[in-house]
Amino acid sequence: MIAPAATRPAPQASYLRIEGVAKRFAPGVPAAVDGVSLDIAAGEFFALLGPSGCGKTTLLRMLAGFETPDEGRILIDGVDMAGVPPYRRPVNMMFQSYALFPHMTAAANVGFGLKQDGVPAAEREARVAAMLDLVKLARLAGRKPHQLSGGERQRVALARALAQEPKLVLLDEPLAALDRKLREETRFELVRIQQRVGITFLMVTHDQEEAMSMASRIAVMAQGRIVQLGTPQEIYETPANRFVADFIGGVNLFEGRVLRAQGGLLEVECAEAGTTLFVEHGALPAGSAVAVAVRPEKLVLAPPAGAVNRLQGRVRGAAYRGEASTYEVELAGGKLLRVTLVNAARRAPPYGAGEAVALAFAPAAAVVLAP
Amino acid sequence: MSAAMRRRAVLALPYLWLVLFFLVPFLIALKISVADSVIGIPPYSPLVEAGAQGWHLHLSADSYDRLASDDLYALAYLNAVEFAAVSTVFCLLLGYPLAYGIVRAPQRRRSLLLLLVILPFWTSFLIRVYAWIGLLNGNGVINSALLALGIIHQPLSLLNNAFAVYVGIVYSYLPFMVLPLYAQLEKLDPALLEAAADLGCRPWQAFCRVTLPLSLPGIAAGALLVFIPAVGEFVIPDLLGGPNTLMIGKVLWDEFFANHDWPMAAAVAIAMLVVLVVPMGLIRRLLQGETA
Repeated sequence: MIAPAATRPAPQASYLRIEGVAKRFAPGVPAAVDGVSLDIAAGEFFALLGPSGCGKTTLLRMLAGFETPDEGRILIDGVDMAGVPPYRRPVNMMFQSYALFPHMTAAANVGFGLKQDGVPAAEREARVAAMLDLVKLARLAGRKPHQLSGGERQRVALARALAQEPKLVLLDEPLAALDRKLREETRFELVRIQQRVGITFLMVTHDQEEAMSMASRIAVMAQGRIVQLGTPQEIYETPANRFVADFIGGVNLFEGRVLRAQGGLLEVECAEAGTTLFVEHGALPAGSAVAVAVRPEKLVLAPPAGAVNRLQGRVRGAAYRGEASTYEVELAGGKLLRVTLVNAARRAPPYGAGEAVALAFAPAAAVVLAP
Repeated sequence: MSAAMRRRAVLALPYLWLVLFFLVPFLIALKISVADSVIGIPPYSPLVEAGAQGWHLHLSADSYDRLASDDLYALAYLNAVEFAAVSTVFCLLLGYPLAYGIVRAPQRRRSLLLLLVILPFWTSFLIRVYAWIGLLNGNGVINSALLALGIIHQPLSLLNNAFAVYVGIVYSYLPFMVLPLYAQLEKLDPALLEAAADLGCRPWQAFCRVTLPLSLPGIAAGALLVFIPAVGEFVIPDLLGGPNTLMIGKVLWDEFFANHDWPMAAAVAIAMLVVLVVPMGLIRRLLQGETA
């Protein structure tokens, strides 16, 4: 969205290396982080994406040094972080609650780490001013956190995390505390700042839209493991499994069985769809149980006659969202589908409840998922 | 009743309380302090006298004159302030780690630890001070134990001196230091300490730069709660301090009960109030500077 993932250079040398890291908080309970390995390149904006409780925050806290891994290694710029306390790691964190020091001004918060490092006052002041400038808060330098708005506090927290020029900045749900409009503006701002300072960012979020619009690469986590790693586009367009397909955006799933593979197309017998579906996919043995996943915006309403993967249904309801409308369509067999249609023209939604509609999707628009 | 009136009515309650139980008694004490001591009931001259020329106000500065001219009073005030100040410092040095420890204890153990801090209040204050006599005596528990262990060969003089007064005050007022400190430290967001560590602070540096400044209001509240009653303390110096310990609370008691000099006792009390208002004002100003 902001920086097209495809145009960014692919990660080369590993800058942050996570090797088989595991963490279990109590014996007998499932591991919070269960054998995670990752390589992140210098200057990357990386996102750990997953539902709450998937272990992403625990992983982040292990990188900061607040938790110790039970297994595995963490290397930053080639240095093993085992036994290195948080105050000696070249890592700074932006906390979800921001954790600004309430008794200090914005400038003192930003300069806190520099003062701790023994940076001379003149140099420190210049650096704090530059940081506050970067986040456009220079005029509020003398305010205390309680005199700042949520968005301003967020920017102080970011400036504070950048001030010591760490090798790695960890962002724990950086936008979660902001209201929707500010959140969308701040996404662009964060990416702009990251590109300007060139520091490696590792963000944790549960918001797929946030991860996709900001990060150059995403690791989707579930139950302590990485279930898919890739660019936002890879993760959205070719989800590795049902969990990823369902978690990232909406998806319609048709359960079926492979009939045969032919010329790069897979023929899938699907009772739910009431027809045989054709999907672009490599060969699979006949009889394999699969799911065909189609994103709501990739379904076409009122397709031309003779289109492949043509389905018949009835509109159950429509949700008007301004830029697009989402229709709920019930197929003859009772299967419910979601279809998203961009509202390109200024008129009432073209389909009303109860109306019979035909819909279809191109063989290239769907993904086959093994169960 | 309108909302504004109801609000005023709610606010009026504490004011009414303060006027009835603080301002009125204060004015009565002030009135007595400017009277002359007489033999009779009440043992002081009336404020307004009917004379040959009609009504006239009877004001006497005798008590205050004596207060200013007799070194005994100044010395007693200074002693009391010194005892109270040193005890406050000791309460802080003991109470801070205690409060900090309770805050850091596991959640389920915290209420038990707090209960232990408050537990002494379930026994009468007077009895607990008497108990210290039994502990500190020449043949008391502590001396007997030390003698039996062969650490000392003669009983230490632990009672009837300044040491005993300090022990008594610190022991009695420690909960008043611990509780406000606990309340303050409990509010501290643990993420702030993580942030400090993240920015390069070792644990003790994080304590100095984050925990300590953020607990100042609790320190101030605890210090006032210990210092103010300790200055006027009478029972502890009387029971543990022996005859040579001079504190203003004891002087006040003597003026009132031994000398039956009500005006003098009232003047001592009024002067004590002034002595206490100054440190309170200073601490308030210090705190306002901190939060501004």
